[in-house]
Amino acid sequence: MKYVIVGYSVAAVNAITAIRESDKTGEITVISNEDQLYSRPLISYYLAGKLKKDKIGFTSKDFEKDMKITVLYGAEAVKIETKSRHVELNNKKKLPYDRLLVCTGGSPIKIPVDGLKDGLKGVFTFTKLADAKELEKYIEKNKLKEAVILGGGLIGMKAAEALLGKKMKFKILDIADRLLANTFDKEASALLEEKLKANGCEFLKETTIKKVIAKAGKIEDLVLSSGKKLKAKLLIMAVGVRPEISLVKGTPITAGRGIIVDSRMETGVPGVFSAGDCAEGLEFLSGKGAVIAIWPTAAKQGKVAGHNMAGVKDVFTGSFAMNSVEILGVPSISFGITNPKEDGYEVLKKSADGKYKKIVIKDNKLVGVILVNCIERAGIYGLLIKEKLDVFGLKKELLTDDFGFLLLPTDFRKHFVTGEGTEV
Amino acid sequence: MKRIEINEEYCLGCRLCEVHCVTAHSKSKDIIKTFKSEGFKPLVDSCIAFEKCGYTTFALQCRHCHDAPCIEACLTSAMYRDKEGTVLHDKDKCVGCWMCIMVCPFGVIKPDFKNKRVASKCDLCGDRETPACVEHCPNEAIKLKK
Ligand SMILES: Cc1cc2nc3c(=O)[nH]c(=O)nc-3n(C[C@H](O)[C@H](O)[C@H](O)COP(=O)(O)OP(=O)(O)OC[C@H]3O[C@@H](n4cnc5c(N)ncnc54)[C@H](O)[C@@H]3O)c2cc1C
Ligand code: SF4
Ligand code: SF4
Repeated sequence: MKYVIVGYSVAAVNAITAIRESDKTGEITVISNEDQLYSRPLISYYLAGKLKKDKIGFTSKDFEKDMKITVLYGAEAVKIETKSRHVELNNKKKLPYDRLLVCTGGSPIKIPVDGLKDGLKGVFTFTKLADAKELEKYIEKNKLKEAVILGGGLIGMKAAEALLGKKMKFKILDIADRLLANTFDKEASALLEEKLKANGCEFLKETTIKKVIAKAGKIEDLVLSSGKKLKAKLLIMAVGVRPEISLVKGTPITAGRGIIVDSRMETGVPGVFSAGDCAEGLEFLSGKGAVIAIWPTAAKQGKVAGHNMAGVKDVFTGSFAMNSVEILGVPSISFGITNPKEDGYEVLKKSADGKYKKIVIKDNKLVGVILVNCIERAGIYGLLIKEKLDVFGLKKELLTDDFGFLLLPTDFRKHFVTGEGTEV
Repeated sequence: MKRIEINEEYCLGCRLCEVHCVTAHSKSKDIIKTFKSEGFKPLVDSCIAFEKCGYTTFALQCRHCHDAPCIEACLTSAMYRDKEGTVLHDKDKCVGCWMCIMVCPFGVIKPDFKNKRVASKCDLCGDRETPACVEHCPNEAIKLKK
């Protein structure tokens, strides 16, 4: 059996491990257009100088040897031929496959801004280790102390965390009226905004960049949507990522926002699988396919894909949006639908002493949670969402500070806590 | 594989499990030194999520899940499974991203916000025959099952 995997990150690593559980001899070739394997979310820790040397990886040192895989670093897959079953590389080499996994992840979204040209110095995206390394060099060389971050979403906040580690000050701009707009509401955002302000940073809500003004190929100033001018020698573009699906365009492999897969992570073309940030796996709360671009989902989908590629049946039972962000000592975790837009949702909130808890319920089931400064037993909320526990009589309990299993129905608790071989 | 079974009906709420958990993970392994000179706090630093509601109490530790979500979610592989199947935590690799806390369905991972890393997670007491909490539970509310 010949396995080819495009993209070498968390989905790929989990797929490889899963394949090797049963197939010890099949030939596995991995194509990576980067030059090393690393944990993407750690790039902010790297830039902040918080990682010990060589700690950017997330596998054992001998992973490639132990798994007997060949990794082609610095190689780009440019074409998939589903009929003759091979992948073409940028150096024209053709790799035949029996099973193919496309786990190409996401690419930063580019938005057109007047005056913003490719190659303009001082403008960076922040999704790859190479970005972090270049940023580091640029900041040092130009002795920068300030920056502007466009986008207050997850990546913007990660960039912010990194800059704080470098003792830099920054302004975050976003068209939304709050930080982490996909998950946070205004109250949750306010807790972060307050901290940012106290640290000499600022959040400019409902603001975007109208024009970039450069001098000698270097970024100098920004004209904001408000008409105000802002000095900016460093601009981090963090408006979001989109699934990297260019490879399947023009092939019979279908894609919406991401590559469409079944519950086994197989695409419409037999033998071709997809997983991670580029795939539309099952979204648990809607029951439909959706891109959920987070690490645990990529890991799980990769594992399921790997099993099925090796002929061991495994099913992806769905996931939902969740994340954990800590900035300036304010930890937060969110799950599911946190800002319901339609009717039919019940929202409970509690805020005191800098802590904030928000619970979103639909049809007596928990569907969303925000926890700021009170993340201690967060995972139990995730469990309740997954198990669709009826929370009709538990609404007050969900908000309490000492929320835990004892507040849940006895049979539910016993089933989970004392149950045999807990599968979750 | 070793597994700790919980019997909430037998739990007296004495929290000796926590006291002995912290002692077993201290430098001196001496109960007095642990809390006096080493400065540990039994309720904060144990690997046990102790719950109390009215007169019902129970002590919960890591279930060493079969398909452990914390390992899958860990950004650094600080959470890992050893050869015996025990889910362990490597403090050196941990960056305190709290992904594990987000996905652990039992809420048994305790964060150390100051040092930005997981503070404590049950390791089933490594090479000890019986975990310290089980050994010192006076009423067999937590029992070892092999
Ligand atoms: C700064 C940052 C912080 C984050 N923090 C968190 C967090 O705290 N928690 C969390 O859950 N998630 C976080 N994420 C998201 C997380 O990193 C992703 O969900 C995860 O990396 C997805 O893994 P993946 O395997 O699908 O793809 P990716 O990690 O995106 O990797 C895909 C790989 O494929 C390569 N590739 C693409 N096309 C080709 C081609 N044609 N040929 C060869 N190689 C190709 C890419 O270069 C890349 O190396 C963060 C992301 C970023 C950028
Ligand atoms: S820490 Fe939580 S998720 Fe991880 S093995 Fe233990 S109980 Fe399971
Ligand atoms: S807090 Fe530490 S152990 Fe937990 S997921 Fe993050 S790096 Fe892994």
